[in-house]
Amino acid sequence: MTDDPLVIAGREFGSRLILGTGGAANLAILEQALLAAQTELTTVAIRRIDTTGAGAGAGVLDVLTRHGIEPLPNTAGCRSAAEAVLTAALGREALQTSWVKLEVIADDRTLLPDPIELLDAAEQLVDDGCTVLPYTNDDPVQARRLADVGCAAVMPLGSPIGTGLGIRNPHNIEMIVAQARVPVVLDAGIGTASEAAFAMELGCDAVLLASAVTRAEDPPRMAEAMRLAVQAGRHARLAGRIPQRFWARASSPGP
Amino acid sequence: MTVTVNGQCWELPDGSALADVLSRLGTPPRGVAVALDGAVVPRAFWAGTALRDGASIDVVTAVQGG
Repeated sequence: MTDDPLVIAGREFGSRLILGTGGAANLAILEQALLAAQTELTTVAIRRIDTTGAGAGAGVLDVLTRHGIEPLPNTAGCRSAAEAVLTAALGREALQTSWVKLEVIADDRTLLPDPIELLDAAEQLVDDGCTVLPYTNDDPVQARRLADVGCAAVMPLGSPIGTGLGIRNPHNIEMIVAQARVPVVLDAGIGTASEAAFAMELGCDAVLLASAVTRAEDPPRMAEAMRLAVQAGRHARLAGRIPQRFWARASSPGP
Repeated sequence: MTVTVNGQCWELPDGSALADVLSRLGTPPRGVAVALDGAVVPRAFWAGTALRDGASIDVVTAVQGG
């Protein structure tokens, strides 16, 4: 059964699973996971190179280039709009892409987005001509504000980064989807395949996850599970689930 | 003159350009970006950007993350 491609800012993706590259034990495992996920877009972080060693290792980029996977630079670790705007500009220059996963976090303990700095950074980057994919709280109002300033997608969290707590407020995600004029990507908090399927059943256009795969005991197998879950959830969403009922309704004819 | 490269102090001959820092780092041909005093300098301008004493240079690349 076929599915429409995911379209973000006019670009089509056959895969609705975006895999982050953080947390993998080594590059070989990451490579296997990326291939099992069949992801076409994957996040990378922008960090200072080691000035004492033998130059910058472009290891992760080599893997992505080898398999034709598009790198999506992020602004992970940034705390202010100014910091995020500079990091995004560096990512743009380093990877020759105008796309950025915009992250502006409030503190290390929760890693939750700072909504005020995030909106400020999003506005500046859109004005600079960037295609901005912001990681946001699961707040329908904030999601609307981000779309209003010109973000190409909104990426609400299911639960805090790396927690694997799944989707803590499904109703908020449904409200974000219901009013969305841009694609909705469930980003962060997914722990296992059923949660990725759930995100798609709620109407999300795609799922972005990293830790659930890279920190699993068998990352390539979990990547495969996530690929299938995203497809299953998408099909279920398009198929239209039955309404929930309080009392039983026989599925066999009466005696 | 003294400049800061990714937080480390470096002594450079007067008249050094940004490109000299990059070549000393053994920078790979792609996947790298440079900020001088908080502003991105595109690769095409590295050779023509003269450094001054006290300059702060950040050299970054893509790593696993996110």
